[in-house]
Amino acid sequence: MVGLLVGAAACAKDDDGGSGTTASSCDNKIAFFGALTGGNAQLGINIRDGAKLAVDEYNKANADCKVSLVEKDSAGDPAQASGLATSVVQDAKILGVVGPAFSGESKVANPILSGEGVVIITPSATNPALATQGVKTFHRALGNDASQGPGAAFYMKGVMKVTKTFVIDDASEYGKGLADQVKSTLGPIVIGSAVVKEQQTDFGTLVQEINKSGADSIFWGGYLREAAPFLKQFRDAGGKAKFVAGDGVKDPKFVEGAGAAAAEGAILTCPCVPPEKAGGTFAADYKTATGRDASTYSAEAFDAANILLQGIKAGNTTRDKLETFVDGYTGEGVTTKFKFQENGDIDPSAVAVWAYTVKSGQIVALERTPTS
Amino acid sequence: MNALLESARRADERRAKAAVGIRDRWSNLPRPWRIGVLIAFLVLLYSLPGLDIPLITTPDTDFTSVLFLCAVYVLVAVGLNVVIGLAGLLDLGYIGFYAVGAYTMAILGSPNSPVVVKYPWIVCVPIAIAVAMLSGLILGWPTLRLRGDYLAIVTLGFGEIIRVFALNSDITNGNRGINAVPTPSTATWPSWMTWFPTIHEGRPIFSVSSVIGFYWLALTVVIICMLGVRRLERSRVGRSWLAIREDEEAAELMGVPTFKYKLWAFAIGAALGGLSGALFFSKQTFINAQGFDLFTSILWVAAVVIGGAGNQLGVALGAILLAYLPERFREFTDYRLLIFGVALIVMTIFRPQGLLPSRRRSVELEDRAKEAPVV
Amino acid sequence: MNFKFVIDNFAALTVTGLTQGSIYALVALGYTLVYGVLRLINFAHSEVFMIGTFATTIIWAALGFGVGAAAPSTLGVLGLILVAVIAAGAASGATALVLERVAYRPLRKRNAPPLIFLISAIGASVALMEAAGAITSRQPRGMPSLVFPKVQFSLFGADVTNLQIGIIFSALLMWIGLDTFINRSRLGRGVRAVAQNPEVAALMGVNKDRVIMLIFVLGGAMAGGASVLYDVKVGLTTYSVGFLIGLKAFTAAVLGGIGNLRGALLGGLLLGVVENYGAGVFGNQWMDVVAFVVLVVVLLFRPNGLLGESLGRARA
Repeated sequence: MVGLLVGAAACAKDDDGGSGTTASSCDNKIAFFGALTGGNAQLGINIRDGAKLAVDEYNKANADCKVSLVEKDSAGDPAQASGLATSVVQDAKILGVVGPAFSGESKVANPILSGEGVVIITPSATNPALATQGVKTFHRALGNDASQGPGAAFYMKGVMKVTKTFVIDDASEYGKGLADQVKSTLGPIVIGSAVVKEQQTDFGTLVQEINKSGADSIFWGGYLREAAPFLKQFRDAGGKAKFVAGDGVKDPKFVEGAGAAAAEGAILTCPCVPPEKAGGTFAADYKTATGRDASTYSAEAFDAANILLQGIKAGNTTRDKLETFVDGYTGEGVTTKFKFQENGDIDPSAVAVWAYTVKSGQIVALERTPTS
Repeated sequence: MNALLESARRADERRAKAAVGIRDRWSNLPRPWRIGVLIAFLVLLYSLPGLDIPLITTPDTDFTSVLFLCAVYVLVAVGLNVVIGLAGLLDLGYIGFYAVGAYTMAILGSPNSPVVVKYPWIVCVPIAIAVAMLSGLILGWPTLRLRGDYLAIVTLGFGEIIRVFALNSDITNGNRGINAVPTPSTATWPSWMTWFPTIHEGRPIFSVSSVIGFYWLALTVVIICMLGVRRLERSRVGRSWLAIREDEEAAELMGVPTFKYKLWAFAIGAALGGLSGALFFSKQTFINAQGFDLFTSILWVAAVVIGGAGNQLGVALGAILLAYLPERFREFTDYRLLIFGVALIVMTIFRPQGLLPSRRRSVELEDRAKEAPVV
Repeated sequence: MNFKFVIDNFAALTVTGLTQGSIYALVALGYTLVYGVLRLINFAHSEVFMIGTFATTIIWAALGFGVGAAAPSTLGVLGLILVAVIAAGAASGATALVLERVAYRPLRKRNAPPLIFLISAIGASVALMEAAGAITSRQPRGMPSLVFPKVQFSLFGADVTNLQIGIIFSALLMWIGLDTFINRSRLGRGVRAVAQNPEVAALMGVNKDRVIMLIFVLGGAMAGGASVLYDVKVGLTTYSVGFLIGLKAFTAAVLGGIGNLRGALLGGLLLGVVENYGAGVFGNQWMDVVAFVVLVVVLLFRPNGLLGESLGRARA
C-alpha cells in the first residue's frame, strides 16, 4: 500500500501531456473508451468487461507492477468523445486505449489520441475509412466491414447457394457499412433492400414486403436488438427465407430474443475464431468474472487489452515504445492470430471470417467462409 | 420525514429571502462598483481554463472541453428561454433547430459533404442562423395556433423528424457523417499568448484537442447574445411576449398581435439554436446523426425551467449545471444519470420557481399560492 | 415510394398495424387518464410501461418459464399470461402510484406551475430508466416464445394469426373494462367529477387525492397489461424500451383527443395502422416521421384531437 502511494506521488509530477518520457515503469494505465451508458451501452459494457478481465488477469500475475484500467464512458456520443480523448492524452500514464468502440466517436477521438501518440486498438469499430484517416497509432483488432461483408456474401453465394437475397440495414455506421459490402459483392442476387429504425420492434410491413418479394435469404446488417424481434416476427408470419447476419447479432441474447425455434438455422458471420478452436479458457473466465456469457466484442477487447499489456510487460512504458511494439506485434489471441498492417488494419491473412449457426438454441461454429 | 422536509423547505425559503436581499444590495451599489465587479467576473470566466481550481475542474475529462460545452449549452438555454421563459411556448423539439444550424454549417463548409461547395466559416455562420430561423418560421406558421400542450407534442415531433432525416438522408451522409466541418480560422497561437497556461506557440487556435480558442469564442458569443436578448426583453417585443405568456386572450384583446410575436419568439429562438449548433460542430469538426436525440432536447427544457425560466442568469445557471454535473461526477459512471434524475425531482420540490427565478415569475407564483388552494 | 405494395397488401398491413396500435392504445390510456384529471403530461408513464415488461419476464422466470423453457400447453399459456398481467399490472400500477406520491403530489400541494410538473416527470423518467439500466447492466433481456402463431383465417387476403387476434382482443377487453369502470362505477363517477370540475367535486365530497391515486394506478395497470402483450409479441426488452413506445402512445392520445378514453383507443389503433402504411410507402425508417406528420395535419384541422378532450363528459 505504501509502495503504491509512493508510486502514485512519483508519477503525479509528470502528467504534462507530452508523448511520454515517463521514467517509472509501473503504475501504467490503459483506457477503455466507449459507451457504458446510453442506447448502445450493452456493446460498450461487453468491451469494458473483456478488457477488464485481461487487466485483472495481468495484475494477478504481476502483482508487483500493476496496470490499471481507466474507463472513459463516451455514451457512444462523438460530442463527449473529444473531451474524453483530450483527457486521455493529458494523463501521461495512459499508454494505450482499448477503443474507441464505435466508428462515429472514433472519427473524433482518433486524431486527438494519435496526435499525442496514444496507442489505439479498437476491438469493434469496423468502418474501413478509419484506417485511411491518416491516424498513425490506429490499430484494429478485427477485420473491418470490407472483409466481413464479402466473407458473408461469399458464404451465401458459394455455400448456401442463395439466389434471391433481401438486404436490411439499420442505418448505423456498422450496419449500413456491412450491408453495403454485402450488396456490392452479391450484385444482382440482391432483389430488395430496406432500412429499419434504431430500437424498432414492430416489423409488420417489412415482413410482408419480404414475403411478397419471394426472397430465399435475408442479410441483416445491424445489431441484435432489432434483429431478434424481426426474426421472431418474420418466422411467426410464416417466413421461410434463410437469415444471415454479422457479428453484431452473434450473441446468445439474439437466440433468447428471437426464440430458439425462430433462430434455428440462422447463419451468423463473425471475423473471429470460435473460442473452442482458439483454445484457452477465455469463455469460462469471462463467465466467472461477470456472471454472463462472453458476448459481442468481448473477446476482441480481451485480445486488444492483452496486446497492450504484453507490450507494457516487455518494458515498453512510453507511448512511442508501445506503438513500435504493437506495430511489430505478432501473436495468437483468443479470436485470431494478430499482425497489423501499415495502416493499422489487421493483416488480411489473419482475418478469419467464420460462419456460425444456431443449432438447438446454441450458437455453434460451422466453417471458415470462402474468400471468393 | 414530512417534518424534515418541511424544515428543509423553510431553511431554503430563508436562503431565498437572503438571496433577494443580496440582489437589492447589488442594485444599490454605486455604478462604478458594479461595473468593476462585473469586469472581474468576466475576467474570471475567460481565465477559467488556465486556473485549474481544485474541486471545480473535471478529473475525468478535459476541463476546457467541458467549459466549451457549458458555453454552448448556455447559448442554447438563452435561445430556448426566449421561447419558453419569455413567450411561454413549450418547445420540446428545440434540438431540431440546433441540428439544422449544425448541418447547414457542415454541408456548406465541408469539402467532404455531398454538396461540393466549400464556403469559409464566416460565411457559413450567418447562413446557418438564417436557415435555422427559416425552419423556425416554417414550423411555427402552422403550429403556433395550437394550445400549450399540443404545441409541445408537435415540436417534439419536429425534433424527431429532423433527427430521422439526418439519419436517413443522402445529403447528411447518415451516421457515416461529414468530417472537416470548417473551423473559424486555421491561424496558430502567436508567441505573445504563451503566458496563458495550456497555450503553446504554433498550435492552432481553433482545434478540437485544444479547445481554449473555441471556449473564448463561444463565451464572447454568449455574452453578446445575452446582452441582445436582454435589450429585446425590455423592448416593446419583450413586453408583448410577457403579456402573451401571462394571458394570451387578454393580450390579444389589448391589441397585441399575439401570433406575430409568438412567431418572432420562435424564429429568434430557432436562430440562437442554429448558432449554437453551428458553433459546437465547428469545434467538433465531425457531425453525424448522433447527438440530436429528443432526450437531450427535453433535458434542455429541464435546464431552462430548473434554472428559472424568464431570467437569463437563471437559465444560464441551469444550462451550466446540465452540462457540468454529469461531466464532473463521471466517477459515478453507471449512476450519474440516475442521480441527475433524482436531483431534478428534488429541485422541483424545493424550488418550483427555479434556482434564480425571474422576478416577475416568482410574483406570479406567490399569486398562485394565495389563490384558494385546491387540495 | 411504393404505393403498389401498400395497395396490394392493404389488409395485411391493417392487421399488423392494429396489433401494434392496440399496444399504443393501452399505454395511451395512462396519459389520457392523468391528463383528463390533472391537465398534466405524465412524462414518466413510458417508464411505467418499461417496469411492466421486466415484471413480466421476472414472474415468468420465477414460474419456471425462463429462457430455454419449452412452450407450455394452451391452458398453461393462458395461465402464464394471466399471471403476467396481474404481476405486471401490479408492478406498473405500484410504480405509477409511487411516481404520483414522490414526484407529483408535493408539487400539487405547493401549487407549482404546470411546467414544473413536466420537469419533475422528466426527472422521474430519467431516474427510473437509469435505475433499470443499472440493475440490468444495460443488457437486453430475452424471453421464450409463449405463443406460436398459427394462421387462423384469411381476411381480404390477409392471414390473421392467433397471436394477432389475441393481442387485439386482450387490448380491447382491457379497454372495455376500464371504460366500464370509469363510466359505470361509483369510483369512476368520482374520477369524472374531478375531471369536470375539481372544486365542485371536492365540495360534493369527492376525495381528490384518492381519485388521483386511482387514475395513476389504473393508467399504470393498463400500461402493465400492454407490457405483457408487448413481451409476448416482441420477446425482448431493455431498460430504454419505454421512451419510444411512450412517445408513440402520447402521440396516439393527442391524436384521438387527450383526456378522452375513446380517443385513446381510436388514436392508438389509427396511429398503428397509419404508420404501418407509411412504412410501406416510404420505408421503415420514415415510420415515425409519418406518424408525426399525421399528427400535425390532424391537429391543424381538429385542434383538440379527433374526438376532442372530455374525460368528464365521456357519457354525455
